[in-house]
Amino acid sequence: MRRTMLFLPGNTPNIIINADVLGADSVILDLEDAVSPDQKDAARILVRNALKYMNFGSCEIIVRINPLSSGMWKEDLDEIIPLRPSVIMPTKVSASYDVEHIAAYITEVEKKAAIPEGSTQIMPLIETARGVENAFHIAEADKRVCAVFIGCEDLTADLRCVRTKTGTEVFYARSRVVCAARAAGIEAYDTPFTDINDKEGLRKDAEFAKGLGYTGKACISPRQVDIVNEVFSPSDADIEYARLVFKVIAEAKAQGRGAVSLKGKMIDKPIVDRAAFVLEMAKALGKGGADHE
Amino acid sequence: MVIKQKAMAGTMESSDCLVYVEPAADLQVEVSSVVMVQFGAAIKKATLDTLAELGIKQGFIKIQDRGALDCVVKARVETAVRRSEKEVQNA
Repeated sequence: MRRTMLFLPGNTPNIIINADVLGADSVILDLEDAVSPDQKDAARILVRNALKYMNFGSCEIIVRINPLSSGMWKEDLDEIIPLRPSVIMPTKVSASYDVEHIAAYITEVEKKAAIPEGSTQIMPLIETARGVENAFHIAEADKRVCAVFIGCEDLTADLRCVRTKTGTEVFYARSRVVCAARAAGIEAYDTPFTDINDKEGLRKDAEFAKGLGYTGKACISPRQVDIVNEVFSPSDADIEYARLVFKVIAEAKAQGRGAVSLKGKMIDKPIVDRAAFVLEMAKALGKGGADHE
Repeated sequence: MVIKQKAMAGTMESSDCLVYVEPAADLQVEVSSVVMVQFGAAIKKATLDTLAELGIKQGFIKIQDRGALDCVVKARVETAVRRSEKEVQNA
């Protein structure tokens, strides 16, 4: 479960040491934009040591590395991969060969470090117009790709448009990326909402992303985590409805009926699949077992 | 590795430490900390362990600690030592 992915600057010890208590399902330890060019070496070593010596509990660790064009991404991977973060997030991924290139190097580092080959997943950050247009190929580029993440700040700069709170200018890109991810059978994560003081705007933006099909959303402040978690969690009503779906299916089976309806609506496969997903989420959140199992 | 030139790493922010290194004839470690009484010895040990791992036998190392965990102290010491080598290579 990855409802929230919270960005934390890679060279800031007082934030990193609290990573597991900020409420996010995942944290992204950032070696890229949050670190000034003259501190890249320090951030790399600090993040490596944090992974080596600290216990982040159930909080998933993602490390955002510097872009292919920077010449620093290999050093990032050399330091980080041996400490086995769950996911590596390469930035400004624009084509499938970007992923192939990174995946091949991760394989090399995994071999050198004698860790299971393929154990490091990749979540490409799509934040260029070219990346959006190639989203499906990026999503299918390598078996390590577990999800794609759209970043709309760099994207709007590339599109030469202004980033707005309503997000009209990135509607196409968000739709295209989530569709590409689903077509490839992987998850999709939404861009952060950058006004950390606008809680209502954040909620609307997260609800909109969820409505498009996104699995979760990145956060740039711990203050955003609770709202995003809430939006991407099933409500009590959702859970109750999902339980009812499986209850009426069981009753129909017992009575030898084929067609099943609930509250006047036919229960077909998409509704069952959605109900199953809701119950899986509920189980993960400690809100009861997945009754359909 | 060898400490070849003056170098620094870290900050004076909370939970961090500022590490300064420079060449010296022997190995000297000087620690000051906001939690000196409780953790001064542990900070010195983390520093000496890191220097040993890096093969450092000579140099003056000054740690100004602001409540850094061991893993942070070790990271900042390693960064300062590596910078000390790199700056000479780039010169």
